Amino acid sequence: MGMTLAEKILARASGCECVAPDQVVVARVDLALSHENADLVRKSFLEIGVDRVWDPSKIVIVFDHRVPAESEKTAATHKAVREFVAAQGIEHFYDVGRGGICHQVLPEEGHVRPGMVIVGTDSHTTTHGAFGAFATGIGATEMAGVWMVGSLWFKVPSTLRIEVEGEFRPWISAKDLILHIIGRLGAAGADYRAVEFDGPAIRRMSVASRMVLTNLAMEMGAKVAFTPVDEILLDYLRPRVAEKLEMIAPDADARYERAIAIDAGEDLWEPQIACPHSVDRVQPLSALGDVPVHQAVLGSCTNGRLEDLEVAARVVAGRTVHPRTRLIVIPASQQIYREAMRLGFIETLVAAGAIINPPGCGPCVGVHQGILAAGETCVSSTNRNFLGRMGSKDSLLYLASPAVVAASAIAGQLAHPVSLVKQSEPCLVEA
Amino acid sequence: MPGGSLTLRGRVRALLGDDIDTDMIYPGRYLNITDREKTAAHLFELAYPEIRAAIQPGDVIVAGKNFGCGSSREQAAAALKFAGAGAVIAASFARIFFRNAINLGLPAVVSPDAAPLCSLADELEIDLGAGEIHNLTNGRTSPSAALDPRAVELLAAGGLVPYLKRKYINSRRETCPSTE
Ligand code: SF4
Repeated sequence: MGMTLAEKILARASGCECVAPDQVVVARVDLALSHENADLVRKSFLEIGVDRVWDPSKIVIVFDHRVPAESEKTAATHKAVREFVAAQGIEHFYDVGRGGICHQVLPEEGHVRPGMVIVGTDSHTTTHGAFGAFATGIGATEMAGVWMVGSLWFKVPSTLRIEVEGEFRPWISAKDLILHIIGRLGAAGADYRAVEFDGPAIRRMSVASRMVLTNLAMEMGAKVAFTPVDEILLDYLRPRVAEKLEMIAPDADARYERAIAIDAGEDLWEPQIACPHSVDRVQPLSALGDVPVHQAVLGSCTNGRLEDLEVAARVVAGRTVHPRTRLIVIPASQQIYREAMRLGFIETLVAAGAIINPPGCGPCVGVHQGILAAGETCVSSTNRNFLGRMGSKDSLLYLASPAVVAASAIAGQLAHPVSLVKQSEPCLVEA
Repeated sequence: MPGGSLTLRGRVRALLGDDIDTDMIYPGRYLNITDREKTAAHLFELAYPEIRAAIQPGDVIVAGKNFGCGSSREQAAAALKFAGAGAVIAASFARIFFRNAINLGLPAVVSPDAAPLCSLADELEIDLGAGEIHNLTNGRTSPSAALDPRAVELLAAGGLVPYLKRKYINSRRETCPSTE
């Protein structure tokens, strides 16, 4: 019987010929990712009483949630993790100023390959499905078990297949597509499931745009999400990965729980916005009327990549951020930061009045670098708008594409870029 | 205790709706607290501070669909456990929260029927192995999904850390019996 991508990878990692949904398998883990919460993992690990991690070459730790340390408490956590990394000889550690957001650093530094099993103590670990990896989030205590034995039990998920065809309209991007899908399926619409995104519209997307889909699939509960392993992906990976790369694909006769067809041109007429306080409260921009904006945030593991900074630079070029609005820009990694400087995007954004935060999560998780006051409204390119996510529980958080974030910063209210930039250009960076 | 039973009792302290996310359960700003016991102080701090104020040891939180969606933060499950919650019953759970709860020794019980059959302060008896919830106050019984024997075993051990601790020590005994 044919297998989906999730089934294929789990079968191989667990030494089974064939697996089927709901079967429980114990799979070897190829990569174990943590960020600042490596400190929680470390504590559980030491509590178990083990001396050494199973394989110091397979653990990656990236500081991103609180960089540089915003408090003495965090500084102490960072220090404890650094010492643990040194004591255990953990080979891949990205300290403050060396990496960026973990989900950007992992592929950028060549840690991810098609067919791998990756677990991370971060829910958006699903992002790495854009590289053909079975990648999912787990908790810190469970990770301590992985650090100990290098394997984990998984229930084989059933798979949703989402086929996207058609041409994206100008200014409509991967973010609008995935918000539209989450709006349709709901916050629990893919709970416990694997998702395969495919179809001509996906195969034309840049790797960065595909990462937006696999990243946000988590917000409908997906355990893992994939985009195709094709030449565009291999072109991205080849210069970064020393190991041999493998083409993997679902079998033609794989069984899907459900298939959904979307036409990007027909179904997505205008930018999609997730309204407070839930990612599945999705509305087309024009349905929202005038929504004044106090803060606009461009960044995160969802939309802090070069193409995102580029489209924002294109929107704000020669314009000025509205007097009532603050525009906060956070490149997702040091590499992206340098490229954006080299290409002049940073110059353009700063000239328009943006403030640039250091590569990292910035205010996304509500700890520092742009916290909202009660009564404030923010439009953000991030992936969560839960109550109080970015500060006060009496603030409002709208999620949108980078183009809409940039346009809203200039307009001082939620705005379609087309209202500012007359000559409309496609916003997806074609690969 | 594979296949064994585990029964607990507690009062319904909160009846919540669908999609209770981990930011509501435990705000992101406190994620730098890595002492599990200390997380309890911030349980539901922004969304439902009254629950934190009222919760008593053994109390049960009852909720709708997709409880614990969002972040992988283990502090969400830890805050519930160390604030005294004896169990969470929900129509469904987000997967990472569910695993975190069991790994920390906090029973997470799936029951689509429990919420409509409960009122605040009702006393419940939950039979984890058999998959039954008895409402001792109104005499009704609702089914719950029987917990996987693996999960019952983890809960009985008090969570993954004590479980692994025991296993690790035993395996060392197995591999080097001469040290005994
Ligand atoms: S950018 Fe936001 S969503 Fe992404 S890893 Fe950081 S805190 Fe999590």
